[in-house]
Amino acid sequence: MSSNSENAQAYWKENLRIIMTYMVIWFVVSYGCGILFVDQLDQIQFFGFPLGFWFAQQGSIYVFLGLIWAYVFSMNKLDEKYDVHE
Amino acid sequence: MSLDILTYLFIGGSFAIYIGIAIWARAGSTKEFYVAGGGVPPIANGMATAADWMSAASFISLAGIVSFIGRDGSAYLMGWTGGYVLLAMLLAPYLRKFGKFTVPDFVGDRYYSSTARTIAVVCTILISFTYVAGQMRGVGIVFSRYLHVDINTGVIIGMAIVFFYAVLGGMKGITYTQVAQYCVLILAFMVPAIFLSMQVTGHMLPQTGMGATLENGKSVLTTLNELSVELGFNKYTDGSKTTIDLFFMTAALMCGTAGLPHVIVRFFTVPRVKDARLSAGWALIFIAILYTTVPAVAGFGRVNLIQTLNGKDNAGVEYTQMPSWFKNWENAGLIGWTDLNGDGKVQYAAGNAFAGGKPAFGEGTGVNGERVTTNPANGEFNAAKQPFASEVYVDRDIMVLANPEIAQLPDWVIALVAAGAVAAALSTAAGLLLVISTSISHDLMKKTLKPDITDKQELMYARMAAVVAICVAGYFGINPPGFVAQVVALAFGLAASSVFPVIIMGIFSKRMNTQGAVSGMLVGIASTMAYIVYFKFMGGTKDQLFMGISPEGFGTVGMILNFVVAYVVSSMTPPPPAEIQHIVEDIRIPRGAGAAHAH
Repeated sequence: MSSNSENAQAYWKENLRIIMTYMVIWFVVSYGCGILFVDQLDQIQFFGFPLGFWFAQQGSIYVFLGLIWAYVFSMNKLDEKYDVHE
Repeated sequence: MSLDILTYLFIGGSFAIYIGIAIWARAGSTKEFYVAGGGVPPIANGMATAADWMSAASFISLAGIVSFIGRDGSAYLMGWTGGYVLLAMLLAPYLRKFGKFTVPDFVGDRYYSSTARTIAVVCTILISFTYVAGQMRGVGIVFSRYLHVDINTGVIIGMAIVFFYAVLGGMKGITYTQVAQYCVLILAFMVPAIFLSMQVTGHMLPQTGMGATLENGKSVLTTLNELSVELGFNKYTDGSKTTIDLFFMTAALMCGTAGLPHVIVRFFTVPRVKDARLSAGWALIFIAILYTTVPAVAGFGRVNLIQTLNGKDNAGVEYTQMPSWFKNWENAGLIGWTDLNGDGKVQYAAGNAFAGGKPAFGEGTGVNGERVTTNPANGEFNAAKQPFASEVYVDRDIMVLANPEIAQLPDWVIALVAAGAVAAALSTAAGLLLVISTSISHDLMKKTLKPDITDKQELMYARMAAVVAICVAGYFGINPPGFVAQVVALAFGLAASSVFPVIIMGIFSKRMNTQGAVSGMLVGIASTMAYIVYFKFMGGTKDQLFMGISPEGFGTVGMILNFVVAYVVSSMTPPPPAEIQHIVEDIRIPRGAGAAHAH
């Protein structure tokens, strides 16, 4: 029982670490590139878009997609590693 | 074939499909009615979630909003997609493991409190009703414009269709109709977008077309910026909102998205925890197809609109030369023209053409054949910034619907867009109505008032509640409260400031107890409601705004208050009982969700 709950705690810790990593990227891309530093990035041209504008209206959405799918794969691996999958 | 016949064909055909699916997918038990039996494949659930999520607002209004406010529209684009990252990582898998039917179910059980459950029920119903009224109205607008029926008849037809598959099939019927509706709506959105992109830039993909160079040697966005500045608007790629306001607005929309009950409940329908994560991934793919196209449609639409209204020389075009769509929408009351300088030309620029913004129409027609308006503006304008005063009102909502006509696309595309708009509105309305009926039959009747009713009786209550909810929604569709746009801010603000934080804390903190959750929710709701009501309905002025945050963004502040109050109160009161802490440990581990209990 106790090894079982230690296992569960280690699993949860690693899950939190993965979530934190992805949330940092999530924040930097949407709130950072799309809102806070948008004017600085707009000085750079990117395929006909000012870069900040592109992040705000296109890039952030692609990154969100990448993040969710990366999370899906990381967690499937983690579930198997700790043998908590169904 | 005429446009009318085509439109009847497209809308009628899509309705036949929805009804066929509804008959095929009748619900026999409460589990089928509430969560489609918990056996929906992730990709189908992703598609259904996308249709559920993309409402009349996403389909009809979003491109129009972005088109008229340019960069500030990013808050909606990022907010309404970024919320899915939160859902996938912070909410969906754990709620699926918890394995109940509704959001109030989770709140009530996790916080072992019927007070907490009741607050969650009230929030759920409030959020869903404010949201559903707008959907019914959207159906009415499409019917009245394309099928030339009265707007009220349109609403009633929409009610009848939703009634059929929501009451009969519950979540099971809704899920599979939503899959069909997603296909209709995405086709209807993408086909004209691709046509437009080809026409304007020669690119197949609207996403890259938006960065393309036009025949004048400049990019689409540069052209748009120059046109905008010439007419006295801000640059298209510059915002007029402050950074802090945009930040809070985006956060409120993101957390609100993750806290909307009709979205969350979709993740209860898949078999396993990993399917919940997976369907969030699929859902965002299906949503992103539309959302990454929206900025392109907005940009192309704006160029086309300005050039049609003002002509290639940007100096105005005679009213008598206006294309037929202009007059059609004028008849529908969504375009208005007043010849302020008496030159017979339609001229579009910054500023209001009508006192108070929207035109008020009188009886009869004016000298040029236009509808008479009773509230023209005084015609003053800043001659240093723009060449003339604006004489046209163009409602933002017509951008997507009128785009195919503005770009002179074939009639079948226009008919397809009409069918797509109806699909978008109906799919969301059905999802919301289900949440309302579940809240009443399950959370209120079964869990609070009459715990001893049988499964069959509960199902009957659910169907009755759905009927009542449809009628109430229809009533609001026919007699819109006149503040639909404002109350949407309320729906997201409430979701962000109440439902979202309380679920997050329930999963990520074992220490959070009833007292903390209840006081947090109450503070979050009260502050957000008070702020929105004060500024939206009681005439609060701009300089009174807290740190310049607009009411749409205040949900974020409410959310922070909720977290802080909950933390402080819970640390001063006893921790939750051991069995609750075990529940929390249990939902963090995926194994065992398949065997989840119904009650």
